[in-house]
Amino acid sequence: MQTKRTTFSGYWLPYALLAPQVIITLIFFIWPAGQALYQSVLRQDIFGLRVTFVGLDNFRRLMEDPLYLNSMQMTLVFAVGTTVLSMALALLFAVMVNNMIRSRDSYSTLLVWPYAVAPAIAGVLWWFIFNPSIGILPYMLDMVGYDWNHRRSGTDAMILVIIAAAWKQISYNFIFFLAGLQSVPQSLIEAAAIDGASRAKRFWTIVFPLLSPITFFLLVVNIVYAMFDTFGIIHATTEGGPAQATNILVYKVYRDGFVGLNLGSSAAQSVILMTIVIALTVIQFRYIERRVNY
Amino acid sequence: MAAIVMDNLHKVYAGGVRAVSDIMLDIADGEFVVLVGPSGCGKSTLLRMVAGLETITEGRLTIGDRVVNALEPAERDIAMVFQNYALYPHMSVFNNLAYGLRNRGVLKPEIERRVREAAAMLEIGAFLDRKPRQLSGGQRQRVAMGRALVREPAVFLFDEPLSNLDAKLRVQMRVEIKQLQRRLGTTSLYVTHDQLEAMTMADRLVVLNGGRIEQVGTPMDVYSRPATTFVAGFIGSPAMNMLPASLLRANGNADALSGLPGNADLVGLRPEDIGLDAVAPGGVRLQARLDLLEPAGAETHLHVRLIDGKTRMTVRLSHVPGLTEGADLVLHAPAAALHPFEAESGHRLL
Repeated sequence: MQTKRTTFSGYWLPYALLAPQVIITLIFFIWPAGQALYQSVLRQDIFGLRVTFVGLDNFRRLMEDPLYLNSMQMTLVFAVGTTVLSMALALLFAVMVNNMIRSRDSYSTLLVWPYAVAPAIAGVLWWFIFNPSIGILPYMLDMVGYDWNHRRSGTDAMILVIIAAAWKQISYNFIFFLAGLQSVPQSLIEAAAIDGASRAKRFWTIVFPLLSPITFFLLVVNIVYAMFDTFGIIHATTEGGPAQATNILVYKVYRDGFVGLNLGSSAAQSVILMTIVIALTVIQFRYIERRVNY
Repeated sequence: MAAIVMDNLHKVYAGGVRAVSDIMLDIADGEFVVLVGPSGCGKSTLLRMVAGLETITEGRLTIGDRVVNALEPAERDIAMVFQNYALYPHMSVFNNLAYGLRNRGVLKPEIERRVREAAAMLEIGAFLDRKPRQLSGGQRQRVAMGRALVREPAVFLFDEPLSNLDAKLRVQMRVEIKQLQRRLGTTSLYVTHDQLEAMTMADRLVVLNGGRIEQVGTPMDVYSRPATTFVAGFIGSPAMNMLPASLLRANGNADALSGLPGNADLVGLRPEDIGLDAVAPGGVRLQARLDLLEPAGAETHLHVRLIDGKTRMTVRLSHVPGLTEGADLVLHAPAAALHPFEAESGHRLL
């Protein structure tokens, strides 16, 4: 493909045009990341008077800390729960909207709305709905004999944050799934119908495999979302509790660093998270093109 | 094996658009019938109604001894070849062919046997492990055919299956499909907008226009006795010349036209029926000027203008005796080659 190439006569203009983006990246991404790396190999004393170089000791301690390992496990449960719930519901909604002829657009618009809600607001919203004293859902659950209390029960708390986090992400997944469904040629589905496949069979043997590139892309995006973008939701609902039950990695960074003021450990945790997100990004870029199975 | 009976079929879309009207057509068992017409004439809609992909608004459709109006596509015992082939892109060729058989619970060894048999018939045996995207256009077309015939259905439906192929391959596949259909003897309904494809393949042609049948007949019938001016213009290439009878009479051809009905105010002349023979007795004689010569290899198309300076005609000759553009010619056509029409209704007279 022929692309038009602009050449600049001087040096300063191209650099000036790039500068805003470069400056933002440097200040808000590279510098903090560098700080985290630097801090992760240091340890401060209680009063903040002395800083010593400890090498990888912060990391070693984390790997031996049962609280940190517990947090990893909780993150896994949370990420898998959020991803599966939001993707499954989004796919269901997308299929239903795709089958509609009229009012498809209005439904799409409504389904996209939650995405515009800030995580903290989403958290508060679900906090109200699930509030053990004044919430509507615990009241209804009580009628069927379930005593909901996410302040006491770790399981309840985990379910709450998963629902709140998934609810927000459904919109995003929905848009992608709907676009994917609309790009499946109608003639394939007709051919399958003539070939004697039932509706369900057509979906699982024809449509779903054709969605696999999108499904894989969303899988990675959702894991990243659940692991890194859900701080606001956790903070507004459970604050990591009860008893560490929803203290996922990204929230623990904040708790240990800014509440507990253990900067070295907190920095080491961010470095671990950084590694995870880099790995996920690499997977995303390397395999997203190749995982197309047709 | 089955006959198809279309009893007064109608299709009206939600919103009131009439796509297909008053279709009465009997297709005999084993017959190869081609639906032909310009785009938007309802031919594909009619085919899809037979397939069960479009509901039938009114009328009765019988395949074999069953009325199939209310049956799902899968229950109609048909197979269809789509214009874009509609191969399942994530399945190998083998699985593409086997899919319909598996859905019907055919046993594994039987599936294996039938797929191999169909693949051998279409010479795609070497590609069974490949995905559709690894095949050329012609090979994909064969796979699409294979998927239809592996099911051994009572009726084949073809929806412009050759329109995505290049000209050479199209001619080749045309012959192969026709031969295959003869050998299997399966009733076939074939949709195309290409009148040459329609002429060469059909046992019987159905010319559609505006959702209605204009004419049904064998290709030669339709060609030699087009029932309407539309059919006359659509079948045959270059298209039939249509001349006002008054123009012919005014130019000294009143005698030649005397045998035609009095209300024949439009006369059709096929380009291939016109010659340059100035001395032939009888028939129609016209003076014209040669505007453009179009050599097409074995034949040459002459674009001429009659002496009134307005009316254009096309003449098709196999031999051009040293003509140059701008030359004055005398055209001749025998009286038997005249097709009389009534202009207002567009119907053929005689």
